[in-house]
Amino acid sequence: MDYSQFLMMPQEIGLLATFLLVFLYDTFMPAKCQKGLPLFTAAAFALYTAFSFIPCCTGIAFAGMFEQSQATWAMKGILNIGTFLVILQAVKWTNSDFVSVRRGEFYELIMLTLFGMFLMVSARNFLLFYIGLETASLPLAALAAFEKNHYESREAAAKYIFTAIFSSAIMLLGVSFVYGLSGSLNFATIGEVLVSKQSALLIVAVAFVIAGVGFKLSLVPFHNWTADVYQGAPTAVTSYLSVISKGAAAFAFLVILTQVFGAVYADVWKWMLYAVIVLTITIGNLFAVRQRNLKRFLAFSSISQAGYIMLGVIAANTLGMASMMYYVVVYIFSNLAAFGVIAAIERKTGKVTTDDYNGLFKTNPWLSFTMMVAMFSLAGIPPFAGFFSKFFVFAGALHGADVAIYVLVLIALINTIISLYYYLLVVKAMFIRQDECAIPTFKSHWTEKAGMIICVMGIVLLGIASCVYTSLVDFASASDALFQLIR
Amino acid sequence: MMDINILMYLVPSLIMFGCGIYGFITRKNMIAILISLELMLNSVDINFAVFNRYLFPDQMDGMFFALFAIAIAAAETAIALAIVINVFRIAKKVDINQISKLKF
Repeated sequence: MDYSQFLMMPQEIGLLATFLLVFLYDTFMPAKCQKGLPLFTAAAFALYTAFSFIPCCTGIAFAGMFEQSQATWAMKGILNIGTFLVILQAVKWTNSDFVSVRRGEFYELIMLTLFGMFLMVSARNFLLFYIGLETASLPLAALAAFEKNHYESREAAAKYIFTAIFSSAIMLLGVSFVYGLSGSLNFATIGEVLVSKQSALLIVAVAFVIAGVGFKLSLVPFHNWTADVYQGAPTAVTSYLSVISKGAAAFAFLVILTQVFGAVYADVWKWMLYAVIVLTITIGNLFAVRQRNLKRFLAFSSISQAGYIMLGVIAANTLGMASMMYYVVVYIFSNLAAFGVIAAIERKTGKVTTDDYNGLFKTNPWLSFTMMVAMFSLAGIPPFAGFFSKFFVFAGALHGADVAIYVLVLIALINTIISLYYYLLVVKAMFIRQDECAIPTFKSHWTEKAGMIICVMGIVLLGIASCVYTSLVDFASASDALFQLIR
Repeated sequence: MMDINILMYLVPSLIMFGCGIYGFITRKNMIAILISLELMLNSVDINFAVFNRYLFPDQMDGMFFALFAIAIAAAETAIALAIVINVFRIAKKVDINQISKLKF
């Protein structure tokens, strides 16, 4: 065996090393040092995140199972930044009374799921992809059940694990049909074989794979678990679930659809995805309007955002891929800013509904400012990065497209206007409505503040600094080979 | 002697999968739901093994996938059972109606 192949996976190895470090600290440090574990993890993870941005060798390793390209390298860096922010914002929460007994487990499980997502992003073989998918989703079920003395957490975990197993069974059936048709599990080989072997079974297989991965991405009509799980799970876990897990699944979805099923793009999956995107954006928006619980509200908002992310997939070109990755970065910053505010307020007061936020500006101006920036960015209002990410996703989808895609982008545009309404409802509650018993002024922990400041800076700067998008375009065009079956 | 062809495996496996979906949707007991899910996963394993044996006997991809899928299914069941026990502690029942508080 050629051991130099491991040089292609510095990010995975670095992540495992960080995991082992935290695990050893958790196991062997005396009880009085345990309170420092969250900060130690945050520091170690920050170092590792910086390390993961060192360029590494690209290529295909392990007999075609694993691919490290510039795009996967950038995607993993993006996921690292998001996970670092989640860890930073969870520091205070994991030191609270009920959670502190098992605070180490939280960080270890988070890193394990991240490792699974790295495998998903880099997998070029259905076996490795499936292992990565399950490594990513099984610890997440344990994380959803983390506050085990809370009823909601138990219910969320039960719903999550059942739908996760169900969706992976559906996806596996599709994969088994693909295997029966092509005789291989390797993405590139299957793609080449399927060019000449198209049958009705292939359509069924594509539908099953889209359904299976659609569950993970919470696309409509596979979205019903999302709101319940997001509401019930601890807020730190919800924020992780909504951004990191979704970003990784979207990237893997793009690779599977283009590389494996590229031959049937125009005939089959373009139209399946078309219907799914229209439903996802519209239904996610319409249900978000009537939510009063903010975590549930952000769940539906994240469903509709997943539809926008899928616009980058249906484009099926390098520009769409770059826009999708850019959308994921911006979405990570915007959503984590919103969840940071929600988590800080929930930890202090236990309040999570929109009505509790009435008059928040009078008592906690900085928190309301952060929330406002996050909501504006999610809605796509110009000076913030959310506008540019939506713009690039639309531009990527329209690049060399036909009339049908133009209609799709028009529907997405109209939905952006609908989404403005409910995002601004939160802003209105904070700034315009008055309330005698508004949430009292409080000081959030410095880690929470740091997390929110990074998020707000990210939202503001990403929109201005064009170098991020241009370098993502460069990275995506380096993996042009993904799209060779589509043209 | 009767000739055993690939359909004699694939049809029962698909029926198994359908039974699994039916059980997943209709059953109220969480353990029964878990059994239905197991049924679905196992039918997929049969698919892989049969495709490998009949269509591509010169390589072992499908067999290995089935092996890995079995191992992962065991891990899934372990976690799901732990969560079911966690729910059981609330009401001393594993009825699915116990977990219907979060909705709409």
